[in-house]
Amino acid sequence: MDSLRFLIVEDSPTMRQLISFSLKRFKGCKIVEAVDGVDALKKLQTEEVDMILTDINMPVMDGLKLVTLVKQNPKLRELPIVIITTEGAQEDRDRGLALGADAYISKPIQSSHLLKVITDLFEKKRS
Amino acid sequence: MDDHSDLFRKSQEFLQMINQQKDFIQDVLKENERLRYQIANLQGQPSSDPLVAQELALLKKKVEQLEAQKTEIERRYQNVEAENKDFAQRYVEIEEQNNNLANLYVASYQLHSTLDFQEVLHIVMEIIINLIGAEIFSIMLLDEKTNDLGVLAHEGYDENFKFPRVHIGDGVIGSVVKTGESYYINQAGSGYKVDFLHPMACIPLKIKENVIGVINIHKLLVQKDAFTAVDYELFSLLAAHAATAIFSSRLYSQSERKLTTIQGFLDLLTTSGQRG
Repeated sequence: MDSLRFLIVEDSPTMRQLISFSLKRFKGCKIVEAVDGVDALKKLQTEEVDMILTDINMPVMDGLKLVTLVKQNPKLRELPIVIITTEGAQEDRDRGLALGADAYISKPIQSSHLLKVITDLFEKKRS
Repeated sequence: MDDHSDLFRKSQEFLQMINQQKDFIQDVLKENERLRYQIANLQGQPSSDPLVAQELALLKKKVEQLEAQKTEIERRYQNVEAENKDFAQRYVEIEEQNNNLANLYVASYQLHSTLDFQEVLHIVMEIIINLIGAEIFSIMLLDEKTNDLGVLAHEGYDENFKFPRVHIGDGVIGSVVKTGESYYINQAGSGYKVDFLHPMACIPLKIKENVIGVINIHKLLVQKDAFTAVDYELFSLLAAHAATAIFSSRLYSQSERKLTTIQGFLDLLTTSGQRG
């Protein structure tokens, strides 16, 4: 699980820093940050990543639209996507997963839970 | 982080050791069973042969030794198992502490990352939403001239909600300002209607002993049942650091404005002087 590359899509600098902090458990991982969906799509054109971690409520383009566009793109559709959001209702979770997200985490996040979800997704992808 | 992986590695080694001991115990038990069988056979066939009797005595002694070994191994197995459980528990606790420290570090780092008043307010709100998990909350500041509190920033209230001004000593909020002590209750039940004067948490924003405002939390996010240990730590951090950050950024904004005015005045004087 070394040298993984993550794209964090989040408009809150506090959350970007907190998620980055948690991800540093993966030794040598590389973190790319984007502030909204449009910024994320731009970054995906130039940066290769292994996973996307995205918020839902963001200006310009929200996380659900980003999930839809990534899953429609043949070059990107295999990328695992984790939604990290304050929207914790079951219908929000169902909607996010139905659009193609691979996991859904409600804020406030627990670092250990986030790392377990990510590890499970990579193991699932490998098998 | 290295401590964690070391702890985890140690717990793995203990598990491996336990499994090896388990196998060993099983072998000992099998051997024991075999010897018991032999003894039973020998006892069933009384023999006057002194060699057989000697052999029997030796086997009995061997059985006793094995029994003692078995007891000792079982005791050690229990000790190792207890130690392993302790390690696992400590691992979970350290993970939680790590998570809490990360939250506190990030909150503190962000609060002091800017001197822009609006940005500081935005960061305080981000912390309350993302790290504490509040859905409905407000930040009030004390007006030193009128000696009452007015809402500075808010989130989640109805659009037409009329925010009252609160006097020092009035209700929960006023009491918190007066005493400087935080106030908490557990999460309100379903169907909760915002009663502004009775928040579920009211945290004073303090600079030393001076309360400059409060944070009122009226409702947590749907996925959050109640406050957790780290929330209380965050409240303590917010009480001190948010207050300092808000106060200093407000002073900075005011001094910036004054500086701009003075600069404009000086420019005007210089231009007038040159003309004159």
